[in-house]
Amino acid sequence: MFELLNSHYNYFAVMLLLGIGLYMLIESRNLVKKVIGMNIFQTGIFLFFITLAFRAGGNPPIIKDGGGPYVSPLPHVLILTAIVVGVSLTAVALALIIRIYAEYGTLDEDKLKQLYYD
Amino acid sequence: MIEQIPVLLVVLPIVGGAIPLVASLVSERAGWPVATLTLVVQAGLAGLLAWTVSTSGTVSYAVGGFAAPYGIELVVDGLSGAVAVLVAVVSLGVLVYARQAGPHSGPFYGLYLLLVAGLTGMTVTGDVFNLYVFLEITGLAAYGLVASGRDASAAVAALKYLIIGTVGASLYLLGIGYLLAATGTLNMADLAEKLGSMAAYDSTLVLTGFGLMVGGLTVKVALFPLHTWQPDAYANAPDTVSAFISALVSTVSAYALARLLFSVFTVEFLAAVPTARWALVGLACVSIIAGSALAVSQDSVQRMLAYSSVSQFGLVVAGFAIATPLAVVGATVHLLGHAVMKGGLFAATGIIERKTGATTVNGYAGMGSRVPVSAFAFAVLSLAMVGVPPAVGFVGKWYIVLGAVNAENWPVVAVLLASTLLTLAYFARLVERLYFAEPTIHAEPDEAPVTDGSGQAVSFGMVAVVVVAAALAVALTAAVPELQRVLEETLPPLLNQ
Repeated sequence: MFELLNSHYNYFAVMLLLGIGLYMLIESRNLVKKVIGMNIFQTGIFLFFITLAFRAGGNPPIIKDGGGPYVSPLPHVLILTAIVVGVSLTAVALALIIRIYAEYGTLDEDKLKQLYYD
Repeated sequence: MIEQIPVLLVVLPIVGGAIPLVASLVSERAGWPVATLTLVVQAGLAGLLAWTVSTSGTVSYAVGGFAAPYGIELVVDGLSGAVAVLVAVVSLGVLVYARQAGPHSGPFYGLYLLLVAGLTGMTVTGDVFNLYVFLEITGLAAYGLVASGRDASAAVAALKYLIIGTVGASLYLLGIGYLLAATGTLNMADLAEKLGSMAAYDSTLVLTGFGLMVGGLTVKVALFPLHTWQPDAYANAPDTVSAFISALVSTVSAYALARLLFSVFTVEFLAAVPTARWALVGLACVSIIAGSALAVSQDSVQRMLAYSSVSQFGLVVAGFAIATPLAVVGATVHLLGHAVMKGGLFAATGIIERKTGATTVNGYAGMGSRVPVSAFAFAVLSLAMVGVPPAVGFVGKWYIVLGAVNAENWPVVAVLLASTLLTLAYFARLVERLYFAEPTIHAEPDEAPVTDGSGQAVSFGMVAVVVVAAALAVALTAAVPELQRVLEETLPPLLNQ
């Protein structure tokens, strides 16, 4: 068990982040915390891709003399794109939250539901 | 020239969408003409592309000149050609509606064209990661459009849509990670080759990847347990936006699901892993029944139509998951037909609300004589959705059921046949109210509807859009044999059976 933890700690970190993020998304009543949970969830996925690209003894994928084995650059590129997407999603979400707060004066989901269905 | 069109279809609306943003600094009314011009060209190009595909086969374009398995490839075959035409034509049609009804700001048209770009991108891409990027572009634009309603409740609905939609897209991204780990490639055609040879179909990696990707997309398609964002988003968005996103967003996501099933995992995967097929068919069947049950219990017409989408997309996904050639053709026909019918129905609810103030099923009582043309179109579209023979709704369902019978999938056949009755249960009630009930609303709407200047709540163009949608719902039946020919020629997995 401890060996598995030692050799695969990055995957455990990914699963932990995914779990925490999803739990916050579902359980938290505060909308801002939901958005933070969404970000943690996405960060877990980003780390999953980065961890996929890793290669023991590999160099950064920058071509120079002697080079040697490189880590795969592809997931890095993909995740760069995904991070941009994540940032824009967060921006839109926060903008909506500002609008909601200005109108209803609360960010608590339960209170919002009461106001919303009245 | 022809091979450049796929990329032009994506670039054109992005460029065209930037213009209204800038132009709105100068003139508030500049958005509509620019958007119309862009989409007319877009529709022409999409038509030309679809015609080329139907006569001389698949068109592909290597973005940036990088060859296929390494670079991003845009591929258009019969299925994506048909969806690209649908996206272009429906968005042009909704634009006619938007001239009077919609928000008139420049940013609105910018977002509108961005959504068209995202949807077209999802349609033409041949790369699973690129599909994710376009999925998120579509999502971002759709969240913004839903929030463009005047009430703050639209913002609440949009935030809910954003959170659930992001989880769906993120799950899809996680699935891509699993496939990348299994095969080292992202190109759809390359994946189809490597799955099954490099990584066994029933290996944990591939199965997890399938589960996550399909699960993520079904959130976007809004199948039953994952549909909760949809009714709020459709009911709170402005009428133009509900007509637009109800017609296209889930439709293109369902197309992406079909693309994933047939071009990435292929029919062999479904045959090798019967559990995956059964899970998908089961989800679809639950969606059909639960969606209909929820639709029957709704009082608001727009929410009823939203739950009806949950049920109809169950039908489409069931057709794709059965995966016999007939069922796939049926699912495609129903997918395209549903987009026209549901878009038309939402547009009609907008008109009826503006003219009479009726938004609930009971409020619709006796409105047949108050808004004769729109109510008639509404009734025709409802019956088309139920599947009354000359309409395209009938042909789609008929093919799906025939496909299920061929596959000897009897429980599914039962659910599919029952789905027609269930659809009848909520649409017939509405049509009956429209024509055969005493009016419950007598006065004109209390507050004057939003008119933005011209002093007229409903323009000729808005009614024309609904009438054209109703006519198309019947006339599209004539195009089915041609569509079937194109699909069978260009969708390789269908030929293998």
